[in-house]
Amino acid sequence: MKKKSRLVLAAVILFLAAASAFLAYVTIHKSSHNPVVTINVYNWGEYISDGTDGSLNVNEEFTRRTGIHVNYSTFSSNEALFAKLQNGGTKYDVIIPSDYMISKMIALGMLQKLNFDAIPNFSYIDDSFRGLEYDPTNEYSVPYTWGTVGIFYNKKLVLEPEDKITWDILWDPKYAGKILMFDNPRDAFAISQFRLGSPLNSKNKEDWLLAAKELKSQQPLVQAYVMDQIFDKMANNEAALAPYYNGDAALLTQKNKDIGFVIPKEGTNRFVDAMCIPKNSEHFDEALAYINFMCDPAVATENIKHIGYSSPETAVKNRLDPEVASSKICYPDDSTLKNTQVFTYLPDDINSLIDSLWINIKTGEQKDPFGLVAVLIGFIVVYLAVLFIKKRKPNP
Amino acid sequence: MLKSLVNSRFKLISKLYMWLIFFFLYAPLVVLIVFSFNESKSRNVWTGFSLKWYTKLFADKEILRALFNTIIVAVVASFLATVIGTIACFGILKMRRWAKRSVMNVNNLPIVNPEIVTGVSLMLLFVFAYKNFGIFRPGIVTLIFAHTTFCLPYVVLSVLPKLRQISPYLYEAAQDLGCTPARAFFKVILPDIFPGIVTGFIMAFTLSLDDFVISYFTSGATQTLPIAIYSMTRKIVSPEINALSTILFAVVLLLLIAINLRQIKDEGKNRN
Repeated sequence: MKKKSRLVLAAVILFLAAASAFLAYVTIHKSSHNPVVTINVYNWGEYISDGTDGSLNVNEEFTRRTGIHVNYSTFSSNEALFAKLQNGGTKYDVIIPSDYMISKMIALGMLQKLNFDAIPNFSYIDDSFRGLEYDPTNEYSVPYTWGTVGIFYNKKLVLEPEDKITWDILWDPKYAGKILMFDNPRDAFAISQFRLGSPLNSKNKEDWLLAAKELKSQQPLVQAYVMDQIFDKMANNEAALAPYYNGDAALLTQKNKDIGFVIPKEGTNRFVDAMCIPKNSEHFDEALAYINFMCDPAVATENIKHIGYSSPETAVKNRLDPEVASSKICYPDDSTLKNTQVFTYLPDDINSLIDSLWINIKTGEQKDPFGLVAVLIGFIVVYLAVLFIKKRKPNP
Repeated sequence: MLKSLVNSRFKLISKLYMWLIFFFLYAPLVVLIVFSFNESKSRNVWTGFSLKWYTKLFADKEILRALFNTIIVAVVASFLATVIGTIACFGILKMRRWAKRSVMNVNNLPIVNPEIVTGVSLMLLFVFAYKNFGIFRPGIVTLIFAHTTFCLPYVVLSVLPKLRQISPYLYEAAQDLGCTPARAFFKVILPDIFPGIVTGFIMAFTLSLDDFVISYFTSGATQTLPIAIYSMTRKIVSPEINALSTILFAVVLLLLIAINLRQIKDEGKNRN
């Protein structure tokens, strides 16, 4: 009987697997036939318009127009992308890393110079996004999206008016325990550096030590070092202040009407994610066609609508909802933009210094070792009590 | 009086303890399932019932493609592992004692070996082979090879005991009664060890289905479901994933219930 039921289980698993595989296969390949060339595209997770919510499926549209197929896969961090490329074996044709990773890859000779004659749509890219610090001669990359870092604040909990909010507010003891901070060193240090007015890509160790000292002094006020948990914490009024990326403003303000976003006057970090072609790409021309396609204002508009980050093309901005295009959150005015800096790659010794400083800042984090000890003691007491009662039980 | 009081109190505590354990085991699943029906993207605010994440899930080609890859890899790899592992068992059984011991140790090594070591070493092997000989280009094929490799020991471990249990004379007796060797194998040996084979297959299938670490290193540009989910963690993980997990969970649950019902029915028949 056992034998039989196991057999049935195996048969059912096989059947279900085959059925779902077939279904998935059919849905994927319904529209596509006769594959000619397939390019490998490697992008951030959830960072493209993929056909959900009635949006345009950008990759399918590309295949429809050019006949080139897209094998699309995603990564979760610049470092993961770098590791994958560095290990060799996998040949990507288009990758979309961020600014500092691009400068690192250029320095290591991992990227190809693009043929801009094959990217006529590059003309739509605004001047303020050409030749940025990470790719000064603009030979290797074409901007995909960009954004800035600002402070999300809860209007009910924060008393200062919007124009009085500066980076200093994250050091204000009034809001102790109500402040959230980035859980990644580069973004956290950037805040400290803007506050101190020191350069973002400093090669001077002293600058970094100073910034770290400030972060350490802020640490007792910080409720938690988090990344995407800020959505829930801010939405539920658990925290009053949190620095984060402007591209997520729509999501946050929609959840909680009391949340505002402000870019401090001292200046802030502007990050750019840009499309590049790795050295070992096997389909250079097709990759260029893909990049060109992504810069097409009509396509880019659909894409940007879905992602929610800002576009480096004025033509795209003009096609968006006037409400979005005129919002200072997504498209800050030039005077704010002038005050921004981009990340570039830092030398290895600076990077390891940052890492060790960051660990040092965060290890002050154990605010509540007693709670843990109390729970442990509680468990031991319960265990002993159970043992004791068991002993008192008469043996039959 | 006192004794019975202590006794009942003890019973209460042990019951409480049991429920506590069930709570810790199942509370996460309950939360996951409940929020797959949530209307908004929030992970802790309930805004209303909706099925929109399920409809979105079936419109999301990236996730479906990842699911498709995962299932293909799981089916092919667990099938290969089952076949190879079962054949290996016959060889292992016929070995001398010391050889058997050493082979079994080698077999158990990948089980105790940290996954990350297996993953990295397989990746290095594939990249080396690809760069020097042009074979094993990282992709779905290497993924299948890697999964077959780490599933193999589990199949051997579940088939070997079954094989040991059956008498070696059965096979000879079948031949005496006129079976060809092949027929004797399929008619006598295979049915006897089949439960072990099926257990091994199911185990390999589930292990392959949720593997992340090894897949991460050996998948090349192919994306399996765990990798796709991981890469979403920069933003809020979409409740589509809750919906998908709920469906997977429901399927497994239904299977288990079906099997249990069948077993109860069979046991009932036996008693009569």
